[in-house]
Amino acid sequence: MELYLPILVLAVLAGGFAVFSVAIAPFTGPKRWNRAKLDAYECGIDPTPQPVGGGRFPLKYMITAMLFIVFDIEIIFLYPWAVAFDQLGVFGLVEMVLFIATVLVAYAYVWRRKGLDWD
Amino acid sequence: MSTLSPALLAAAPAGPSLADFGKDPLWITIIKAVFIFVFLLLGVLFGVWFERKLISRMQDRYGPNRAGRFGLLQSVADGLKMGLKEDITPRTVDKVLYRLAPIILVVPAFLAFSIVPFGPMVWMFGQHTPLQLTDMPVAVLFVLAMASVGVYGIVLAGWSSRSPYAILGGLRSSAQVVSYEIAMGLSFVGVFLFAGTLSTSEIVAAQAEGGTVELGGFTLNLPSWYVVLLIPSFLIYAITMLGETNRVPFDLPEGEGELVGGFMTEYSSSLKFALIMMAEYVNVFTVSALSITLFFGGWRAPWPISLWDGANVGWWPMLWFFIKLVLVFSAFVWIRASLPRIRYDQLMAFGWKVLIPLNLGWILMVATVRALQVPENNRAVVFTLAAVVLVGILAIWFRFDTVLQRRREEKAAQIEAEFARLQAEPEAGGFPVPPLDLPHYHGAGRKEVPSGSN
Repeated sequence: MELYLPILVLAVLAGGFAVFSVAIAPFTGPKRWNRAKLDAYECGIDPTPQPVGGGRFPLKYMITAMLFIVFDIEIIFLYPWAVAFDQLGVFGLVEMVLFIATVLVAYAYVWRRKGLDWD
Repeated sequence: MSTLSPALLAAAPAGPSLADFGKDPLWITIIKAVFIFVFLLLGVLFGVWFERKLISRMQDRYGPNRAGRFGLLQSVADGLKMGLKEDITPRTVDKVLYRLAPIILVVPAFLAFSIVPFGPMVWMFGQHTPLQLTDMPVAVLFVLAMASVGVYGIVLAGWSSRSPYAILGGLRSSAQVVSYEIAMGLSFVGVFLFAGTLSTSEIVAAQAEGGTVELGGFTLNLPSWYVVLLIPSFLIYAITMLGETNRVPFDLPEGEGELVGGFMTEYSSSLKFALIMMAEYVNVFTVSALSITLFFGGWRAPWPISLWDGANVGWWPMLWFFIKLVLVFSAFVWIRASLPRIRYDQLMAFGWKVLIPLNLGWILMVATVRALQVPENNRAVVFTLAAVVLVGILAIWFRFDTVLQRRREEKAAQIEAEFARLQAEPEAGGFPVPPLDLPHYHGAGRKEVPSGSN
């Protein structure tokens, strides 16, 4: 726990600074009301109405996020393996070759189904 | 401030290890935390000035030279200006998340810097302590985790702004950052295979002296910095460094020609925007510091200086660290001055289709070499496995190449056929023109009128 305490100290410093900056921002500058200024910026045209609670967004981004999770989990498996590699010996190497080959199958599938393409 | 212990000089240890952490009294911790905080604040001010000045010189102009000597106070002036600007909160935004997003962006950026080793054990006000805020068994993973938390800030900033540019910018930016984070995480594995730890101080210690390798009866000394030993890992990391921090040539989130300001469009030039900009610069410093720690020997002196006995003890290493940091940051600026922005689909394709398979293949190679270095391993098994993997990779590559070749030929044939068809068509006059009987579009308010009748 002592290893994580310094991070907490830094978090208090950085968090305090950030909250302070956001909190005083409305008071340090001038205030000149203008209706157009409070619209969302769309290069001068009338802003597109946005649905409450957020609109839709391209499915592509969700697929990217899911693929990210798949490969992030692979990384999580790779790190302890890399650290304990010398102790694991040949067994570790064989296991990792099998694991990466398994992930490659999924990777090839996604690639083939154009999950990695961006059009 | 410091008294160098003679015993320390004599022993010249490889550097602090995990066991040296977690023993500081609270006030030393606070001093270190304040130091890192102030260092990053001033670093951002200096970094902005330095980048502008250097890029100006590369583009044959002066850059900022009005505020202070050499324009050194330019960033301070800009910061003050941002504080004195009107803070506009657009009417449509989600007020809570809109204010929270810059905080979520900037705090993890600062925290990621807490595991960066600045130097070895020093005497600070009578306390023997490492020049590093903290270290843990999962230090490098912690940096990746903080980078991931920062993505929340980007997404929420875009989402809460309720503006098409902001939401597209936020989504794009987060998709880019997570894609390059995978390649970044994979590029570290080679380092961990050699260092055998995720703790940053121990990775620096592992680069103190290169090991030896027996190769056909010869004893070869391996170089001590991982950048030499694991150059493909470093090159991949260097690319992901740019992608992760949204810098040129991967600065698509701010592609002003298409997205105005990306996820920060709705943040007026007030202190909130200053926080976002600060988070970006701090992230650049963090990835630079990480590249130094993992690949450039951390705070250890480079070769000619390292011949001097006192180079790696006391407070000197901090100087080497800062010099390396400025050099890596200059490389960022150099790249910014040299390269144009790349297209988004190319960026994603490069991250997913090139960097990840390359990385996995390289990890397997490094692991095989490591397995051969451990003497009690059965060499025959390792060689067989290596042969199987090599044949597998070659088979995949061969198959891949044939498929690519076939697709290219198909595409060429298709274009050829279409061209021939259009040339034969008398109506098109031999050129591809849109058909003349397309309906005209007069806006949603009016009824569709078939062409020819108006």
